[in-house]
Amino acid sequence: MPPGLVGVAPSLVWWHEYFNRATLEGVPMHIPDGFLATPVWAALDVTAVPAVGYLARRAQRGLEQSKVPLLGVMGAFVFAAQMINFPVGLGTSGHLVGAALLAYTLGPAAAGVVLTAILAVQALVFQDGGILSLGANIINMAVAGMLAGYLPFRLWGKGRRRREAIFLGGVLSVLTSALLALSELLLSGVAMPAAVLRISLGLFVVSAVLEGAITLAIMQALESINPDFIRDPQSHGGRAFSLVGMAALFVAVIGVAFASTHPDGIQKLADATGIASRAKALIAAPMADYQLGVWRSIWLRKAGAGLAGLGLIFGACLVCGRLLARQRGT
Amino acid sequence: MHHVVLDRWSRGSSPLHRRDARAKIVAALVFLIVLATAHRSFIPLAFAYFAILIAAGFVAGLPVFAVLKRAAVVLPFTAVFAAISVAAGEPMRAAVLVVKSYLSALAVLILVSTTPLPELLRGLECMGVPRYLLMVIQFLHRYLFVISEEAQHMCVAAQTKSGSMRRSLFHGSRFNAAAGALSVLFARSYGHAEGVYQAMLARGFQGHFRTFANPVFRKADAVFVLAALAVLAGVRLVLEVWS
Amino acid sequence: MQALIDVRDLHFQYDDGTVALSGVDFQLFPGETVAVLGANGSGKTTFVLHLNGLLKGNGSVTVCGMPVERDTLTAVRQKVGLIFQDSDNQLFMPTVIEDVAFGPLNLGLDRHEAAVRARTALHEVGMAHACEKAPYHLSAGEKKRVAIAGILAMRPEILVLDEPTTFLDPPGQNALLELLDRLPQAKILVTHDVDCARVLANRAVFFDKGRITGEGSVEEVIGRFNWDRTALKRQATSRL
Repeated sequence: MPPGLVGVAPSLVWWHEYFNRATLEGVPMHIPDGFLATPVWAALDVTAVPAVGYLARRAQRGLEQSKVPLLGVMGAFVFAAQMINFPVGLGTSGHLVGAALLAYTLGPAAAGVVLTAILAVQALVFQDGGILSLGANIINMAVAGMLAGYLPFRLWGKGRRRREAIFLGGVLSVLTSALLALSELLLSGVAMPAAVLRISLGLFVVSAVLEGAITLAIMQALESINPDFIRDPQSHGGRAFSLVGMAALFVAVIGVAFASTHPDGIQKLADATGIASRAKALIAAPMADYQLGVWRSIWLRKAGAGLAGLGLIFGACLVCGRLLARQRGT
Repeated sequence: MHHVVLDRWSRGSSPLHRRDARAKIVAALVFLIVLATAHRSFIPLAFAYFAILIAAGFVAGLPVFAVLKRAAVVLPFTAVFAAISVAAGEPMRAAVLVVKSYLSALAVLILVSTTPLPELLRGLECMGVPRYLLMVIQFLHRYLFVISEEAQHMCVAAQTKSGSMRRSLFHGSRFNAAAGALSVLFARSYGHAEGVYQAMLARGFQGHFRTFANPVFRKADAVFVLAALAVLAGVRLVLEVWS
Repeated sequence: MQALIDVRDLHFQYDDGTVALSGVDFQLFPGETVAVLGANGSGKTTFVLHLNGLLKGNGSVTVCGMPVERDTLTAVRQKVGLIFQDSDNQLFMPTVIEDVAFGPLNLGLDRHEAAVRARTALHEVGMAHACEKAPYHLSAGEKKRVAIAGILAMRPEILVLDEPTTFLDPPGQNALLELLDRLPQAKILVTHDVDCARVLANRAVFFDKGRITGEGSVEEVIGRFNWDRTALKRQATSRL
């Protein structure tokens, strides 16, 4: 490991804390503009538009806008909550991210809308996260991260393993959004030597475990104030779909984590999907010349190397889950 | 707090403030896209775009130095990746990363510093963003200060109570105390939301927010958009052809 | 004279079983200002929430001749203007003018009429200069006046104010009392502020554990329930 990189780990922590104080909230996973390659941010923006439209329609249910103040105020709550320190010793402290907590108290659709609103306000008012990359941040945190946090609660929130389910939800929500963000950065060719990758993954795991613990602690405190604050994890129908979704999530998360710690693994994947040697160089240096013709053919293949791979896994499980559910007659 | 400062900046009356929000949004998006996709003759382009943004800041009557400083919040995050790129032997990429992220943040900051948030949201609604989401953003923004102030009071109160446990390695009970504080803040926020809903009902709310303002797209706005498009795309074309 | 508000034998119980109101009879006549006094938790706020249909209990509540039920709610809420204790919860729109226009817009007025009503109401409360301001730039007293403007813009016949002088400093309280004195509508004032009751109200009722246990002139009620600091002041002067 080059000597210069030895100083990276502590400086990463220092920058993290500086960023916290500079922007009022503490999660360095909002990708600013300028990081993502054009095919990546464009594809994610295109995906985010219908996703957000769907979430808004689900949350609204007809023409009723009565819940708007509740969603807005709870969004303000999450912002304010990120000010409160959860000390974990050794002079460090964690902060609530809130995707899982929102899903457990408002339901997934409303939580998705609130998280999107939070991301929009962070990008516009606090310059935390870019505008072109807003689609990416929305998919990472308000959609995928939120769903990943909700799934364990949906499946096991009513049983004897409720506390473990809540903890797992917190862990998965942060882990999923962080890993997705990481994949998008890698896909865009942002330089990330193996050592830094491992440090980042370590930081992600720590943040994820913290989120799980904080979410669980808050949920328990909420239950003692007023159990009605927390939604009933409905377990009617679609259970097979959720189970398959969880399995897909685990596979995807572990898969991406493994691939990230083995950057040559991405290279092998690139070979496997048939990318020409010129394209391989482009993956490593997307800042080089793009010519429109090459762009078109590369775009599909690049997408297939990582992000669409994840999407394919999810999609396949979605279909399987639907078929399973239909078989059971639900 | 920053969003209060931003609110003050956005209530000016410069020619830029008076433009329709939709025109400014389109201009900002064009800027961001042209910048994001640029790679050839990048350095002169960066200078040109920086000059354009500074000029816009002056026309808008903004405190330019404060604006430049505020846009720099994106730099700590960027600097980490830039440092890694430099260490990996690619200084050019590091520079491009820093410049693109800073200029993008600056452009967005100038947009929101010349457009009050309610107007910005109305503009976005006309451009197809779901109204439900925009209303949630509006309420979030309205109560951001209120809830944050309450959180701050709770932090101060907690600080005056604690202090004797500084030495312990794992602050288990402080962890739970923080969770307790957050749950109280949650309950208070819920109480605010219920109060707001009651106040809405008391003034005849029937389930649907009615629109009050009606933004008008004037000739000056059309001229502005076309000029912005021409300048931004034109500068890049000229520089790329020239090199 | 027909009562503007007529409440007969009102009972209300919360979902968890707590009895908040146990048989309340109350009437409000045109031109009156009635002070509602009582300890915290005695049912004062719960009572006034029934007057515009935010809560529904057992018994009859009639406003301007209309029984308060689902199909009359819109009309009732135009007649009864409720000003809440927390002004931040009441000013929920991004600007003052948009907030004051909220009521008129809900009544079905178009944008221009609503704007005219809003400006007139703001002028009445002395806040016409603050049209484009955001609520968090206002002081507590200014927020309270804008909240009142928001209600006045709906042209109500009855004003119900829940603890209006809380959070206000003495000059703010004086300005508010002056304003309320000027307004011609019949008023119900839920308040702990005894001086506010003395200045504005011509009648008082006393709530205790969900029912009205005393009625009469303001001084009578205050004296009977020891609701001011006269006893304390006597102690203090005797110590001198």
